[in-house]
Amino acid sequence: MTPFRDATTVFVRESLPTWRAPAGLAFSMLQPLVFLALFGPLLSGVGGMPGGSSWQWFVPAILLMLALFGTTGTGYTLLTEMQTGSHERLMVTPMNRSSILAGRSLKDVVELLAQAVLIIALTIPLGFTPHPMGALLGLGLLALVGLGVGALSHALAIACRRHEEMFYMVQQTLLFPLLLLSGLLLPLELGPAWMSTVGALNPLTYVVEAMRALFAGTVADPVVLWGWVAAALLAVIGLSLGARGMRRAQS
Amino acid sequence: MIHTRALTKTFRLRRETVEAVRGVDLDVANGELVAFLGPNGAGKSTTLRMLTGLVEPTSGTAIVAGHDARRDSAGVRRGIGYIGQGHAAGHYHYVRDEMVTQGCAYGLPRRAARERADELLETLELTGMAKRQSATLSGGQRRRLDIALGLVHRPPLLFLDEPSTGLDPQNRANLWTHVMAVRERFDTTLFLTTHYLEEADEMAERVVIIDHGRIIADDTPGRLKATLAGDRITLGLPDPDAAATAARMAERGTGARELDVTGPHVTFRVPHGEEVLPEYLRALAEAGITARTARTATSTLDDVFLTLTGRSLREETGAAREGNRDEREGHEEVAV
Repeated sequence: MTPFRDATTVFVRESLPTWRAPAGLAFSMLQPLVFLALFGPLLSGVGGMPGGSSWQWFVPAILLMLALFGTTGTGYTLLTEMQTGSHERLMVTPMNRSSILAGRSLKDVVELLAQAVLIIALTIPLGFTPHPMGALLGLGLLALVGLGVGALSHALAIACRRHEEMFYMVQQTLLFPLLLLSGLLLPLELGPAWMSTVGALNPLTYVVEAMRALFAGTVADPVVLWGWVAAALLAVIGLSLGARGMRRAQS
Repeated sequence: MIHTRALTKTFRLRRETVEAVRGVDLDVANGELVAFLGPNGAGKSTTLRMLTGLVEPTSGTAIVAGHDARRDSAGVRRGIGYIGQGHAAGHYHYVRDEMVTQGCAYGLPRRAARERADELLETLELTGMAKRQSATLSGGQRRRLDIALGLVHRPPLLFLDEPSTGLDPQNRANLWTHVMAVRERFDTTLFLTTHYLEEADEMAERVVIIDHGRIIADDTPGRLKATLAGDRITLGLPDPDAAATAARMAERGTGARELDVTGPHVTFRVPHGEEVLPEYLRALAEAGITARTARTATSTLDDVFLTLTGRSLREETGAAREGNRDEREGHEEVAV
């Protein structure tokens, strides 16, 4: 059970600063909240939108956006700790290397879920009506995406350990195309055909569709299955790259 | 505590193969205090990182704290404490939280980790800082916290990588007081690198010098200085002619090195200078030469290094931190 114990130790360590000062969590929620408040209302005026309330369409997407904005940056903390020496200190302990990554990723997932629940709670009074079972499954899917994206971010941090400035360059460069080409903010069908074609190559497109279906309660829809497949793929790739980096970065 | 045989590490740096460590044989017994010195890029950090299980050796064996560093690096890491060059605690973490985490990382149950944390914070005079973020501590306090973190699991062997770099003399002295107290109390074996040669000279019982990936000297600081560097004798004579004669006599009689005559002054280096000097003065007197001034200066570890390699360790001190980073980064090239 040592790997599990080690992961718990790292999870607790990474979470402690947040537990000591939970207000910090709100800051990383700021960006999605701004979109929720200032972009959401615009949607009701856009023609060609799928039916139903714009909240119904937009809130599941915002949760995913939370995962992208919050979790893709998590590697930067690791990068900082690689520079200062605290990562080295943990690597000299007998802890399992993969558990160190797992513990860090677990912290990202837990924070993501806490923020997601908060956003759902904020939007229900505004008119968002999540399907209870679907919402639960949707949060599960979100957690899986968070796990994959967080691990990828750690892998990126390890790859950038000697060129710190590269981290945010790569992260920002990838973030916006992925975001816009997933149909997260506006349906891709509104754009030219090539956008839908490129969007079909973006795993996030499937996740966004699955999230919307789940929160609407159409749990048995095939798009949900594709969403899980895309998220699982992301998690497998992220975790294997991250674990590989973690083993190699210091050894 | 440490036994290595033919330990080597080669890595690829851009298309070149770099032999960072070339066959190091090293034995450190229980309870020793060893200072490991060498210029930048000599293989010092690489060796240290192999001994601490951070880097896998290319060939050779290393048994550290009873475990094989190649086959059982987790076992090695369980048996050693390591205090690196950087700051061990996370910036935004509370001091005590990091101490407890460290205990858990070494397998202590959380409650035991808490007790151990409080005990060590007390020992290192950090109790008042327990609920502070580590980024708010002073340099000296942070270094003491690093030491505390390295001691959580009561390691029989403690590695310190430049423990006092960047500290002012007062904090350095304070740090050493703590390190020596720990050693006294737990009979800890200490293996450290430092850029302060005086520090190695004063504190270490044994000095190991590495250059170009090989160990070139290994003895007590006293013996190294006496046999390798010797003492510098400077004599003032009445005139240059007398100085020339004195120089010839020094060369013949005493086994002088680095002999230099400038005007009426002769300087040379010789083992056991304080014993040689009276003898030499008497010989000069018998030859009808009366020295006007005579002085011996004890040598330093830098003189030892100079004698061994023709280079000075001290010249490197300025670029020390920078260079060490390079060496560390060199390692990471292996990974790519």
